Amino acid sequence: MTTKTIKVDVLSRVEGEGALLVRFKGNKPVEVKLTIYEPPRFFEGLLRGRSQMEVPDITARICGICPVAYQMSACHAIEDALGVRVEGTLRALRRLLYCGEWIESHVLHIFMLHAPDFLGFDDVLRMAKVYPDEVKAALRMKKAGNSLVDVVGGRAIHPVNVRLGGFYRAPDADGLRALLPELRWGRDTVLATLPWLAKLPFPEFSRDYEFVALRHPDEYPLCEGRLVSNRGLDIAVRDYDVHFVEDHVPHSNALTSRLRGRGSYHVGPLARVNLNFDRLSDDVRRAADAIGFTVPCTNPFKSLLARGLETAFAFEEAIAIIEGYVPPKEPFVAIVPKASTGYGCSEAPRGILVHRYTVDDAGLVVEAKIVPPTAQNQRCIEEDLFALAPSLVDLPHAQATLRAEQAVRNYDPCISCATHFLRLTVEG
Amino acid sequence: MPKRPRVAVWKFASCDGCQLSLLDCEDELLAVAEAVEIAYFPEASRAFGKGPYDVSLVEGSITTPHDAERIREVRRSSKVLVTIGACATSGGIQALKNFRNVRELIATVYARPEYIDTLTTSTPIRDHVPVDLELRGCPINKNQLLELLNATLNGRRPNLPSHAVCLECKQRGIPCLMVTQAIPCLGPVTHAGCGALCPAFARGCFGCYGPSDAPNTVPLAQHFRSTGVDSGTVERLFLGFNANAEPFRTQALRMSLGAEAKPSTSKGES
Repeated sequence: MTTKTIKVDVLSRVEGEGALLVRFKGNKPVEVKLTIYEPPRFFEGLLRGRSQMEVPDITARICGICPVAYQMSACHAIEDALGVRVEGTLRALRRLLYCGEWIESHVLHIFMLHAPDFLGFDDVLRMAKVYPDEVKAALRMKKAGNSLVDVVGGRAIHPVNVRLGGFYRAPDADGLRALLPELRWGRDTVLATLPWLAKLPFPEFSRDYEFVALRHPDEYPLCEGRLVSNRGLDIAVRDYDVHFVEDHVPHSNALTSRLRGRGSYHVGPLARVNLNFDRLSDDVRRAADAIGFTVPCTNPFKSLLARGLETAFAFEEAIAIIEGYVPPKEPFVAIVPKASTGYGCSEAPRGILVHRYTVDDAGLVVEAKIVPPTAQNQRCIEEDLFALAPSLVDLPHAQATLRAEQAVRNYDPCISCATHFLRLTVEG
Repeated sequence: MPKRPRVAVWKFASCDGCQLSLLDCEDELLAVAEAVEIAYFPEASRAFGKGPYDVSLVEGSITTPHDAERIREVRRSSKVLVTIGACATSGGIQALKNFRNVRELIATVYARPEYIDTLTTSTPIRDHVPVDLELRGCPINKNQLLELLNATLNGRRPNLPSHAVCLECKQRGIPCLMVTQAIPCLGPVTHAGCGALCPAFARGCFGCYGPSDAPNTVPLAQHFRSTGVDSGTVERLFLGFNANAEPFRTQALRMSLGAEAKPSTSKGES
């Protein structure tokens, strides 16, 4: 039997450190393993005994790319425990901050991490020599997202202004309105760029996924909603543990999730767009139609287009919130300690991020549980590679490796979150 | 055209936020990439240029036996080694485990502790290899990163003030939160670099940039206590993103041992 080995020591253009193994017998894949060797940092253990007020700041440090997601899930979970509701302008400000993170993270992934795979470049810097206008526009859109996080949150990475109950200081209206011209430019630019993105060479590949995302009665989901799927799941976030379970497998420093009795599921932009297409604006839906993007879309490589549509949504939403913004009387609602357990789930750029905390009467954390999106997608990524593997066997070595990496990058994996480097070994 | 300096970016235990700061230099990124060859930067590129490198930027702390070996290889291949961020310069938030029982921690998070390979501590890079320059912050300030790159490539020392956040706050004319609202603030003992960000948002500094030069932590902690802040809160304040930085670590231990009233016997960093 012929022996073929493809080996990638470092998976690039992902956040974190991981490795991958695909083992063949002849032309048939018999084992696929996504190994996460990012060093464990034990956040859930370290949170015990800390003040509940510190949780948004500490959990932000799980991920430098999506700190706002951690802050939002943490705030909602603890507020759920305490019976606190954050409404009105403060709630809108949270959505606004989150829009900034979606724009920054999605544009980073579309143009700097994923598009180079489709266009045959090692990185965005090399891509910029051939596509300077597209890359410059991308950097400007990304900057608009970062500026939004900066103005609302205090800084683009690990914002300081988020607290339980709201914010330390409400942003002033003039500071926000000054962002409007760039946000409007960003909305128009991403919509105008979608046809270019849609012409990227997407591989023919699709799978029958169970998509899971939040669904809200009248909004595209960011911080709140019920957990729903295309196969009938429709539960309150509080019932997460009844329906989902995490396993610890030997090859990984992350826990991998599954739906009890059902197996893998798919979270992130593709899941959100498929389950919430009707919650997008007419303009964004028309843009989807114009590029031939129809739901349900089951080609994971086209998650890039889902990110593009969501970027347009995030610009629109941010503009609408700022246009209607009147600073709140108080920047936060009062937080009074109470022994209780609460759940929070928000839509990180990469998918649902679930937090659960038990806190005590002194306002200290007794127990913490954090389920990041990449841990939830890990099984799906492995299954995608398994399904993709037969088409890799006859490809030239370099091309097979690139295609496998690209398939992993479909999920914009944040391995720092899940606990970065990929080793792809194809043995046969 | 003269040969461009070769830059490498390395990751150890961290959140990726500090290296992301480089990609967040949206206005400068393409110019930086003209001035230097970004030879090794896995978060951004599939091209892995081999060493030696003129400048290595190192993010993250050392938490595994494998990484303790890997940093030695990075040092051997780097002319100048710069650590970026609280993890690389002090051990980061994950250094909280230095104060805990690591076996218990592993069992708290993972169902199968036998699958996990980790050291009992999270330590800064300089505990393992010589470091030429360091950039503080959780995360670093991207303008300081550009200044550091610019200075290093032009053979001068970077202009990175080491006074306290307190001075930055005064320079901005922000009314003191401790004086006016009795909010505990680490500004008097924290290294500058953020521009007094938290006080500008009406919250006390929580020490992202680590200890300033000669931090006088004991009287500051005593002041917090005198305004009614409980000992546990003061201890946790020092046990933050730079918990393992010596002056903060010592002050936290003072609090936990009830030795908070002792006068300061030494000034300056260890």
